[in-house]
Amino acid sequence: MATREEVLALQAEVARREEELGSLKQRLAAALLAEQEPERLVPVSPLPAKAALSRDEILRYSRQLVLPELGVHGQLRLATASVLIVGCGGLGCPLAQYLAAAGVGRLGLVDYDVVEMSNLARQVLHGEALAGQAKVFSAAASLRRLNSAVECVPYAQALTPATALDLVRRYDVVADCSDNVPTRYLVNDACVLAGRPLVSASALRFEGQITVYHYEGGPCYRCIFPQPPPAETVTNCADGGVLGVVTGVLGCLQALEVLKIAAGLGPSYSGSLLLFDALRGRFRCIQLRSRRPDCAACGERPSVTDLQDYEALCGCSATDKCRSLQLLSPEERVSVTDYKRLLDSGTPHLLLDVRPQVEVDICRLPHALHIPLKHLERRDTESLKLLGEAIQKEKQGAHEGVALPIYVICKLGNDSQKAVRILQSLTAAQELDSSTFQDVVGGLMAWATKIDGTFPQY
Amino acid sequence: MAAPLSVEVEFGGGAELLFDGVKKHQVTLPGQEEPWDIRNLLVWIKKNLLKERPELFIQGDSVRPGILVLINDADWELLGELDYQLQDQDSVLFISTLHGG
Repeated sequence: MATREEVLALQAEVARREEELGSLKQRLAAALLAEQEPERLVPVSPLPAKAALSRDEILRYSRQLVLPELGVHGQLRLATASVLIVGCGGLGCPLAQYLAAAGVGRLGLVDYDVVEMSNLARQVLHGEALAGQAKVFSAAASLRRLNSAVECVPYAQALTPATALDLVRRYDVVADCSDNVPTRYLVNDACVLAGRPLVSASALRFEGQITVYHYEGGPCYRCIFPQPPPAETVTNCADGGVLGVVTGVLGCLQALEVLKIAAGLGPSYSGSLLLFDALRGRFRCIQLRSRRPDCAACGERPSVTDLQDYEALCGCSATDKCRSLQLLSPEERVSVTDYKRLLDSGTPHLLLDVRPQVEVDICRLPHALHIPLKHLERRDTESLKLLGEAIQKEKQGAHEGVALPIYVICKLGNDSQKAVRILQSLTAAQELDSSTFQDVVGGLMAWATKIDGTFPQY
Repeated sequence: MAAPLSVEVEFGGGAELLFDGVKKHQVTLPGQEEPWDIRNLLVWIKKNLLKERPELFIQGDSVRPGILVLINDADWELLGELDYQLQDQDSVLFISTLHGG
């Protein structure tokens, strides 16, 4: 006779294989579609009106059905509503999860990216098993497990000016869960042109912001931000960090606004912005300006009559991938391979790590001297003294009169270039002993991929 | 002659990183001939509070695009933007907009 454990183990195995099969079928369907016509959007027909709830639906949604504000009427509206979710990351995952659980009829999922291990701490629809797979398929598989009655339409592609308007027109409400400035302007303009309400949220570090744009005469994104921010002032989650719970809270608030709009209750944050400070445990709601009559998108004489080149408008790419700075000339830089060769040859030199302390705590090369870029920018006396001493010490092993080579390293090879410029100016001003400065291209992450596979990546 | 003003200046959304990570500043603006408005306040902030890289906060005589200015929790556009005359005990919040998700 089979034991209880065996039964449970077999049940788990069956569920696992069913899940695997489901995901294989989805990938096949997507591959077939891509084979036929790469740029075509998945066709969707309008959701049919629904007159009554089934017995199963009544049981499933019973706890929200007894809310007088929602009731059968609201639930029927949800069942025939369609929502386009732009971005299946930290915001899109919890948002899609709650919309599917609540019984929204159709969810369009847009994301060009694949699941990475560094996503899993906040992008809660994805699991270890689907690392490397398109996020939209991973999300759709999870949502299907949660509620098979919800139709999920995956779009494994970036939202572009060529596709956005057509896509947005097929949905009733749009949720901006993206992670970059060009996409935020693109989604906004598409929503204004298509006449769709836009529920927009964002998060970074311990903070989040949410608001509703272009809802019944309310302001749009461009009314509030007529000009994009300078590209160098924008921080992404990889550089700035973000706590998963913070994107979770914001994604849930976004789901709440979407549900209220879809059910006909109306949103709470049209024309106002909710700020969440997770470190201080504080929510603050501020009143935004009203619609701008001279707004380029939703004003009385709009200049945005078609979607544009948003990467050019914002001066950055429509991804949240880290930018690569080109500040130094090729002669002022070395590759990780060349640096490794130099290190092995025993040539006297100094390796200077300019990352913030918090990143040095994660991983470091033991022979590197650590002085954060911030200290160099401030010309911090203590740090410069430390550097001067280290140069003197290394010089003892070098030939008389030869400038000591100093190699500057950071995570990806951006801050190291800035540091080289500062160090050069310090030498010129004779605040620092004469030395030659070069930075290591690609930084410690290049070291991890090309030289030492055991070195952590973050 | 305008009397000294006590004003709460707050930064958020990452803008505080230009101010040594300090979000809330209770400041006293000295008495001066002209009344204090947001335009003068920005000059005062640049001189007295801003620790680094002013170009990430100020552009021309205003704040850079992407920073929202809120006076007593309302968009400064509703109150006259740079020309708003500060009152004692006002709160001015500068919020850098987030784009991550």
